[in-house]
Amino acid sequence: MFKGKFIDNLPKIYGTYTGGFIVFIILMAIAEQAGMSAKLIGIFFVAFTVLIYALIGYLSRTMQTDAYYVAGRQVPTVFNGMATAADWMSGASFVAMAGGIYFKGYGYMALLVGWTGGYVLVASLLAPYLRKFGCYTVPDFIGTRYGGNMARLSAVIVLTVASFTYVTAQINATGTIASVALDIPFEIAVYVGLASILMCSMLGGMRAVTWTQVAQYIVLIIAYLLPVFWISNKMGAGVFPHFMLADEVARIAELEAQFGLGEVKNSAADLKQVPKGLAGITKAHSEVNTTPWKFISLAVCMMAGTASLPHVMMRYFTTPSVKAARRSVGWSLFFIFLLYSSAPMLATLSKLSLMDPNLATGIIGKSITEVQAIDWYQNWNQANLMFVSDFNGNGTLELNEFFMGGKAVVLATPEIAGLPYVISGLVAAGGMAAAMSTADGLVLAISNALSHDIYYKMINPRAETAKRLIVARVLLVLIGFAGATIAALEIQGILGSVIWAFDFAMSGLFFPLVLGVWWKRANAQGAVAGMLGGLIAGSAYLIAVRSGYPGFWGVTQLTFGIVGSLVSLVLMVVVSLMTKAPDAATQRMVDEVRIPSGKAILGKQH
Amino acid sequence: MSFWVMFRLLTYREGKKMSKQQQHWEKTRMLLFVTLAIWFVFSIGIFFFGAEMEASSIRPLGYPLSYYMTCQGSLGIFVILIFWFANRQEKIDEEFGYTEREDD
Repeated sequence: MFKGKFIDNLPKIYGTYTGGFIVFIILMAIAEQAGMSAKLIGIFFVAFTVLIYALIGYLSRTMQTDAYYVAGRQVPTVFNGMATAADWMSGASFVAMAGGIYFKGYGYMALLVGWTGGYVLVASLLAPYLRKFGCYTVPDFIGTRYGGNMARLSAVIVLTVASFTYVTAQINATGTIASVALDIPFEIAVYVGLASILMCSMLGGMRAVTWTQVAQYIVLIIAYLLPVFWISNKMGAGVFPHFMLADEVARIAELEAQFGLGEVKNSAADLKQVPKGLAGITKAHSEVNTTPWKFISLAVCMMAGTASLPHVMMRYFTTPSVKAARRSVGWSLFFIFLLYSSAPMLATLSKLSLMDPNLATGIIGKSITEVQAIDWYQNWNQANLMFVSDFNGNGTLELNEFFMGGKAVVLATPEIAGLPYVISGLVAAGGMAAAMSTADGLVLAISNALSHDIYYKMINPRAETAKRLIVARVLLVLIGFAGATIAALEIQGILGSVIWAFDFAMSGLFFPLVLGVWWKRANAQGAVAGMLGGLIAGSAYLIAVRSGYPGFWGVTQLTFGIVGSLVSLVLMVVVSLMTKAPDAATQRMVDEVRIPSGKAILGKQH
Repeated sequence: MSFWVMFRLLTYREGKKMSKQQQHWEKTRMLLFVTLAIWFVFSIGIFFFGAEMEASSIRPLGYPLSYYMTCQGSLGIFVILIFWFANRQEKIDEEFGYTEREDD
């Protein structure tokens, strides 16, 4: 069926895969009609997709360094775009984003703007130049551009702090989904999630991760878009929700006024009854509800963080050329845009279906006992994601008496809108794909930096290929287990950890990376001062704010990257100017990086 | 970031005779400046005026302008901007003969 080279057959292979997945969804729908239980459908969806990823991971096994580290640098533009989109969109984007928009409205959308705007910085400031450099990892660039083990080591430290913060959140998310879908305790589900993640990455490194990420993107985007379109059509809100929900947005504003949003404040005693993690609707859906600085500072942090997170950057090392790297950033953002522009629409549909008394699904204004008798309410109440209570004792459910978990917007809306259970199974598989693909990229970024930059470049430069790749795999497993162990402790919520990861990355890596290309005068001393100083300043600010310090300039624990990166910039410029300019060879190297043609700085095998 | 770019542009001393590579870099830098300026407007600039956008009578597809920009507007502009940037940069590379050979 597939003759010729694997790369040339990609459209056919993934076309067949997509078709096969759709057939699988249809089969499940038929099975549901035939009486298959909801639980079994959930298990089938998650188990089937995870097995496919594991199979792809196995088929992509390799013993070559350039295949293991950069997928042989032959990933075509569009496919790399899909892989990056999956790499990028984590459990947080898939499960938590629509919920955040649902509860916090405009103020939360800063994340949407930040997580897309950052790609403009990636495309224009960094990706093509780092691709030309020919490095295997981000610290590889820092170490070669600035020279010296100190710079390399500092970059590895920042990378590890940022990526590790991020990966615990993702393993946590895979655990949550696996525990719900497979009906096993969370502490065990975390390790099931970890095993799936390792199966995709261990044997084939970047090559395996690339081809599983493409497969995961296809699953997650179908799982996200299908319910949005279906619900919108079922509610009669519009065939194409993205362009047609203006009336619904206006209707929500109308209902908010009618139900007296924000007029009744719940007493502290009442709120104590509400299970942890659930929230009520307290902010208007579409109103501008935050100060410009709050919005902008959060967006800026997410944008600079995007451009500094190594697991994203290293995806652009896998394209065949500099030109392809540049275009690939555009495709990445296009594929991300498909999901991000749908999240606000899902939040709108979800909120309206719960609020509007004219809809069969609307619950606000109904009697409490009636709501408590609804099947889906009972299910999600049991899962600790929904709660109602008659605070004022009038027997009807008021807007301030309804509470929901952020995850429920994505997970429960299909069921509330009356879609068949097969859609809920699909959504679980999509969430799993999103969390797994990001975790894979992150675990690989950390273990590659440790195996390539620390072990091979600093400890044992004479190691043979086979030995290097074994060390890389051992580290991969160790990092994975460390991540899972911390994830099982559940220290910080998923979204909080993700935002911190961006701030850490921005504090330590943004300016050292950008100035490495755009400022020839930047030298090793400056870069080391910038990376370590930025990371320390950012972390110190975070710790101070967490322990009660009020902070300055309105910088919160979500935007501490602003402090970190400013310290990093100042230190880097001042220390660079105070010390010797980089030697002629380094200056020539920077000149060479700035043009797309010619040989890469680092050879094919290094 | 863009302040730094502006600073570099303002303080850039134009040599009497620039080499091919310098000219290429000069154009690349101009393109970066334009790209970042557009990026700045739609990622930061307009959000200084959230309240004004909300009150505005411009309502794309019927949505309030502030809502539309955060949901689709800015996001879509970023996608187009990157492809536009990639095209322009390819043109610049071609002009100076720095395009990669296929087998590179």
